Amino acid sequence: MTASSACAPVLRPCGDTAWLLDLDDNRVVHRWATAVRKAGLNGVSEVVPGLSTLLVTLDPDVTDSATLHAALTALEPWPEMAGEDERHVIDVRYDGEDLHAVADLTGLAVDEVVAAHTGTPWRVAFCGFAPGFSYLVGGDPRLRVPRRDESRVRVPAGAVAIAGEFSSVYPRVSPGGWQLLGHTDAVLWNPAADPPSVLRPGAVVEFRDVTR
Amino acid sequence: MTRLTVESVGIQALLEDHGRSGLAHLGVGRSGAADRASYDLANRLVGNRPGAACIEVTLGRLAFTVDATVSMAVTGAPVAIRCGNRAHAVNASFPARAGDTVTLGTPAAGLRTYVAVRGGIAGQEVLGSVSWDTMAQLGTPPLRAGDVLQVSHAKTDWPATDVAPVAAIGSGPLDLPLLLGPRDDWFTDEALDRLANREFTVTSDANRVGIRLDGPDLPRCHSGELASEGVVLGALQVPTRGRPTLFLADRPVTGGYPVIGVVPLSGVNRAAQAVPGTRIRFRPRRR
Repeated sequence: MTASSACAPVLRPCGDTAWLLDLDDNRVVHRWATAVRKAGLNGVSEVVPGLSTLLVTLDPDVTDSATLHAALTALEPWPEMAGEDERHVIDVRYDGEDLHAVADLTGLAVDEVVAAHTGTPWRVAFCGFAPGFSYLVGGDPRLRVPRRDESRVRVPAGAVAIAGEFSSVYPRVSPGGWQLLGHTDAVLWNPAADPPSVLRPGAVVEFRDVTR
Repeated sequence: MTRLTVESVGIQALLEDHGRSGLAHLGVGRSGAADRASYDLANRLVGNRPGAACIEVTLGRLAFTVDATVSMAVTGAPVAIRCGNRAHAVNASFPARAGDTVTLGTPAAGLRTYVAVRGGIAGQEVLGSVSWDTMAQLGTPPLRAGDVLQVSHAKTDWPATDVAPVAAIGSGPLDLPLLLGPRDDWFTDEALDRLANREFTVTSDANRVGIRLDGPDLPRCHSGELASEGVVLGALQVPTRGRPTLFLADRPVTGGYPVIGVVPLSGVNRAAQAVPGTRIRFRPRRR
């Protein structure tokens, strides 16, 4: 399977200032994101991964929709290279308020929930909901649980949580409806830093149990 | 250094500029002035550099005092302007003298009024912008009585004119162009027909994030859930149940409901002035 035949994307229009590349899966999204960033296309203002799409927006003072369309269709996804991914290890104390509820929902013992959450590397699929909030995918499928019936008004910064196929670490205090497994002291969001967010799309994330 | 002291705030007064760009992939939206055309005009009238921070006032009723003579201009939703014991018109620059209190009335039409001061207003800059993002809670917090604002140095040459002719903000139905996509194929022909031929109404659930609209149901031909994807300014997103939302400056950067079409920037500026009850007619077309 060659890169070009596997990944020729459908470009969906988003008004007159953006195109949405409709892709197969999240790995391909990051390869396209890298390709678009590395191409340094004139007038591209944002490159925004979704779960299976890539939004590319333009600055209308610099370029136009037709020019961007032509430039995007001339690109190919960036080749996948082993060991090139950004990796982060996050130390977690698994003492979250929903840890036992997750064990009940999944039919796993609490240790098995922790082992499942730490057992596979995750990947930042995309960001949203709040500044620096990363949706991680690729976890153990046994951990798929619904959101809580009732959202919490205040989830602390550093809370490590799961919902659906995703895991995340709340980067700042915010409301939230995900199931809380534990917390980390790692600072993942700092608006004074460049870039302000540690867990960026495409990065690989491993959780390490430091409860005891 | 010239200073403005906020005497009183009506519903909301925010510092807004061009916003933050290049950070959407990290969950940080652009924010910035909701009606960019009015905001840009305010800066031009006082000879500010594009992107200088202005005060965005929702439904008027802002009062502040200046401690030195300074030029200013008021644009967007038209309000009565008192400056000391004088009255001034919108869309024209005027001088405020040291000690003057400037008071804005309630707009006769429209929602958002912009106040530019020559030099721009300094604020708390976060990620390259002072704009308060109401959803992300980033930037310079909403203005409150007692706040003291410094005038900045973002000025350039004076413009050739000190008055700008501006089309009045009406109270009649708003015609908004809508470029279909990216997910118009999730909707039935009937939905697309209703979108083109029926009226929608701005509900009271309208803020800088977006405008929720009352109107006909827009049935889908596509079942299942949309995987979260990037959302642009002006996107008309249609949730599974509930009313469509037209996204404005403080929109989320990704969303999990299909976007049937996108209102171009000129339409977004007009939508940002739509008060609850305003009727909207979309003019959909394919790109």
